[in-house]
Amino acid sequence: MLTKVIAFIAVAITGSLLLYGVADFPSFGDPNSPANAGVEGGAPSISQYFITESYKDTKVPNLVTSVLADYRGYDTMFETVVVFAGGMAIFAILRVLRSKEEPPKPQSRAETFVHGDHNRIIVGTTCKLVIPVIQLFALYVIAHGHHSPGGGFQGGVLIGASFILLALAADLKTALSRLNEPNYIRLACIGILIYAGFGVLCQILGGNFLDYGVLQPVLFTDGPEMARSHSMLGVEIGVALTVSTIMFAIYANLASRGTLNEGL
Amino acid sequence: MSEFFEQTIQPHFNFWIYVILMMLGLWAVIAKKNMIKKLIGLSIFQTAIILFYVSIGVKEDATIPILDHHGPEHHEVVHENGEHIEDAETSAHPEEVHEKKGDHSHGDDHGHDDHATDPDTMANPLPHVLMLTAIVVGVATLGVALAICQMLFKEFGTLEEDEILAELKDSASDD
Repeated sequence: MLTKVIAFIAVAITGSLLLYGVADFPSFGDPNSPANAGVEGGAPSISQYFITESYKDTKVPNLVTSVLADYRGYDTMFETVVVFAGGMAIFAILRVLRSKEEPPKPQSRAETFVHGDHNRIIVGTTCKLVIPVIQLFALYVIAHGHHSPGGGFQGGVLIGASFILLALAADLKTALSRLNEPNYIRLACIGILIYAGFGVLCQILGGNFLDYGVLQPVLFTDGPEMARSHSMLGVEIGVALTVSTIMFAIYANLASRGTLNEGL
Repeated sequence: MSEFFEQTIQPHFNFWIYVILMMLGLWAVIAKKNMIKKLIGLSIFQTAIILFYVSIGVKEDATIPILDHHGPEHHEVVHENGEHIEDAETSAHPEEVHEKKGDHSHGDDHGHDDHATDPDTMANPLPHVLMLTAIVVGVATLGVALAICQMLFKEFGTLEEDEILAELKDSASDD
């Protein structure tokens, strides 16, 4: 009880201090706020630069993608590494590699799923219809991230969701037979390596790390802008590989308590 | 009271919501004993931060930060596509779009000048970028936290903080 009182006092004080500070903030939707327009009399803010100049620099109409994968490429790369590290941490914490009491293998629901179990016919058929569409849409989201809302993170989560849907509808074994553990760890590593590889390639060609403009002779593009645009697609694919496989890995390990035997 | 509401809360209502949400999360993290409830609090806290970031990028009457297109070489073809995208996503401001289209057809062939966009017509892309990655990283870290909770449950048979602490104290005094 006492802890609750102390907690309430702490929360109330913090909250009222924050609300007091909020009174000096710019109002909602103000285009001239410091975050949107920079300080008065100073240089224009970086986001104004992104809006007015980034198309000239990168030829990517979706400003979020160009900022994400080019201007803030370092940030995005290490965010991807954080996702990867999260997946590896779950592997290290939960994964039981040699369980002593190997449970007597019940007949895997995978077989019944494939051969038609009448109890699961609606769920199974729906998944068969829906999963390819989800994955196709995920590829569209990744590949079309330059021109419409989308990109590697969003598409990657969609691909991961399609595998999780398969694991929920059939069972974990079925999903793992499509994407087994060595393969998803491999793909997650490959995703990071693709991203870092673009950076190292830029260094080899004499530019800075992740300075895609120098990739122009390798990618046979019209100019450094198009090289940036194409390299962004490349790193988005890397991000998508890592994110999708790690999302599935998180589900698989959590749902089976690290044994990868049976799902929920 | 209504004066206070109009002058203080209304222009800052996004910040008020973010503070309230954040304090709800903080309360859950401090006061709740159950680990899963603490995690829920942490997620609410994170959501509040995301709301804060995205809401400072909002500009009145601005559209999503995607330009209406495209390379100089496909001017004509892409125009139609661009129109489709515009119609679907920014239909709130049809006049503006048409004005821009007009500029397009008169602009020179380099496709540079017609993209000298007025920054006030587009939402600030930077908070979107920051939160895009933060959301996915949030899922990964939440997964790690749930994994630790599972191990705790395996070890102690409970997720209540005080019971775990009592058990730890017992085993320490036994030694």
